[in-house]
Amino acid sequence: MPLWTLIGLKEGCATLDWPEKTGKNGQEDVLGMPRFNPEKCLTNCTRCVDACLPNAITRDENNNLKVDYGSCINCQLCTEVCPTGAMTKSEDWAFGVFDKKDLVWEKNSQHKIKKTEIKKDFKQSLHIRHVDAGSCNGCESELIALTNSIYDMERLGIFFTPSPRKADLLLVTGPVTYAMHDALLTTYEAMPKPCWVMAVGTCAVSGGSNGGGYACNQGLENILPVDVYLPGCPPNPAALITAFQLFLGKIQQKVSGGQQNDTL
Amino acid sequence: MKGVIEKNISPNEIVSMCEHVYAQGDRMQMAYAWYPEKNTAPEIIYISSIKDQRPFHAYRCQLNNDKKITSLTNASPLLGWYEREMQDLFGISFFDHPENVKLVLHEGVQSEYAPMDPNYPREKLISFSRQPWQLAEMKNPELQLLPFGPVRAGVCESAEFQYLYAGESILHFDERLFFKHRGMEKKFEGLTPELGAILAQRVSGVGSVAHALAFSQAVETACDVEIPLRAKQWRVILAELERLYNHLHYLGHLCHTTTLKVGEAQGKILEEQLKQLNAQVTGSRFLRDIITPGGLRREPNIEPVKYQLKKLQADILKYCNQLNNTNSHIDRLIGTGLLTNQVAFDEGATGPVARASNIATDFRLKHPYASYNQNNFIIPVLEAGDAFARMQIRIAEITESFLIVEQTISSLENGFIFREFKTIPLSEGLGWAESARGGLFYAIHIDTAGKLARVKIKSPSFSNWRVFPFTVDETNMMDYAINEASFGSTVAGCDR
Repeated sequence: MPLWTLIGLKEGCATLDWPEKTGKNGQEDVLGMPRFNPEKCLTNCTRCVDACLPNAITRDENNNLKVDYGSCINCQLCTEVCPTGAMTKSEDWAFGVFDKKDLVWEKNSQHKIKKTEIKKDFKQSLHIRHVDAGSCNGCESELIALTNSIYDMERLGIFFTPSPRKADLLLVTGPVTYAMHDALLTTYEAMPKPCWVMAVGTCAVSGGSNGGGYACNQGLENILPVDVYLPGCPPNPAALITAFQLFLGKIQQKVSGGQQNDTL
Repeated sequence: MKGVIEKNISPNEIVSMCEHVYAQGDRMQMAYAWYPEKNTAPEIIYISSIKDQRPFHAYRCQLNNDKKITSLTNASPLLGWYEREMQDLFGISFFDHPENVKLVLHEGVQSEYAPMDPNYPREKLISFSRQPWQLAEMKNPELQLLPFGPVRAGVCESAEFQYLYAGESILHFDERLFFKHRGMEKKFEGLTPELGAILAQRVSGVGSVAHALAFSQAVETACDVEIPLRAKQWRVILAELERLYNHLHYLGHLCHTTTLKVGEAQGKILEEQLKQLNAQVTGSRFLRDIITPGGLRREPNIEPVKYQLKKLQADILKYCNQLNNTNSHIDRLIGTGLLTNQVAFDEGATGPVARASNIATDFRLKHPYASYNQNNFIIPVLEAGDAFARMQIRIAEITESFLIVEQTISSLENGFIFREFKTIPLSEGLGWAESARGGLFYAIHIDTAGKLARVKIKSPSFSNWRVFPFTVDETNMMDYAINEASFGSTVAGCDR
């Protein structure tokens, strides 16, 4: 019979140095949000608009392209249909923000970036209650990955808790189906206050490709007050960790005007 | 409908049709409804397999205006859920249905039109007032009732269960699913096939490749497209990569339920390494957004499949071998969650769950698609029907997956990976794939404008969640979590 303890010891430490030290975060080659370059965009072209399933790319009344990364499902189709390279593939996936407005593309955004509202008392240990409000299981797969030895979220003082009574943060995935609506609110009400809400995945942020129709809402809009939005389809484990750090005030928000600025 | 042998039947012929299928030694695969025209009655299409025949058979039955038809559930129990689904979503009534209660829509939904009726206003959220779940009645004060869900402990998909138990033994178990019903099938209506493929990959995240594959094949069949061989071979490689990371997750999670802690950690590390490899191959950890009707959208990166996967293969096979030799682990699995061959066949079990109960079903071999007919592999089948057999089947499949990837890489054809095509108005096609969890179907109907008019998804978890409760009654509470993990079904795929 295998000696599992010995096997485990022999394997050594699998955990990443990131994010406590700089180094690989395990997301090499993972594609993220497409980058938009309006200077290359043709005035009368609607190819990306037609190819965008969740309507993240639209033309406004002045015929300007509006790109809302809160609705983007990272399908990369716009980057493939664009004839001029105004939409290009990128590895920008760390799109956690406090305010949904920061997810909309804007040149030289003047929008003031909010800071975390949570008090110091919560910063050392964060307890999360997750509710699946109708996801495709992609977000759950990545949330479960946070507990594997490679990401080992608990080393950062972040824990999933079974009971809403012990939770500080309600993490919601999915566009909120009619059948999960009440169960979601019941969970929120069972949490001691103050508590916070994080919308994880494009479905929870805006409905994405799966929201609407006869069975779904459009994410958490008008259902719960959201403190952190993290679009992505699904957000990868490093994007999730970055969003938790943002919420805990350990890093600054890097996204404004729909653009990720890594120098911040 | 293309891709099947088709026959039109009238509503009073369906019972003899069903008897005919079972007399040939095979079973129904699924049934679904659609509206060929806006203001007529819907048509029901029954799909069956016939033993040792490659094509599936489709029986089409146009309903009369009263939208009533005899239930086939007594003759073919696995149709029970399909009929209840049609009742909820299409407003069709089935006489003599033995389980005549709501399924896909919950008790408390109110609507003038059924949601899939063309007259149902698009984008209108259905009105709903939550009703308590009718719990089993119990009079004996020594019995206890445990309702559990839909928000369960840990990071879990939403579903509700109730256990009626005495001490450790479960007397009766019941499940209520479809909390995650998102009306995905309706969302396909009016989309181009290209966008349909994007949506199909968001039905069940961990089955993205299988969904994209079955959907694309259905479109290609409907539109008479023959895609380049290289694209078919790449699809096989991607499908096997998906099976690998799913099976590793399964093994890690199974260790979690038997509290084999290091085994769990090792399994989940290997799963993560496979997901990272997926990203290097396609840019997506879930191998998403690469398969499209006509072939592939871009050339995947072959290097990681050639080299890194080899190294992982040794680690994974060693890990599987260790699990198979860990007595404390397999002691908990042997005899747990017994699924007899008869129940598995009658209630429609699919995939590894069916193969662990001695049903030799695998679409890759029995109804080959993509380039699987060029591969030389076996489908492992066991007789025991317990959690241990279900784990062993998965372990054996991992070996076969590596073999298939290796064979395909070495014979990878040079050339194009995409063929352009025009959608054929008013065409129909059936597509299928053997996902990590079992048989998946997509039936698609294209309208006059070349857009999708109806898409039906039959996910493997829909079949296996129906079967699951039959393995719970008269077992004990301690084994429940192991049994549920040994099925390895997703809720997202089932609920859609």
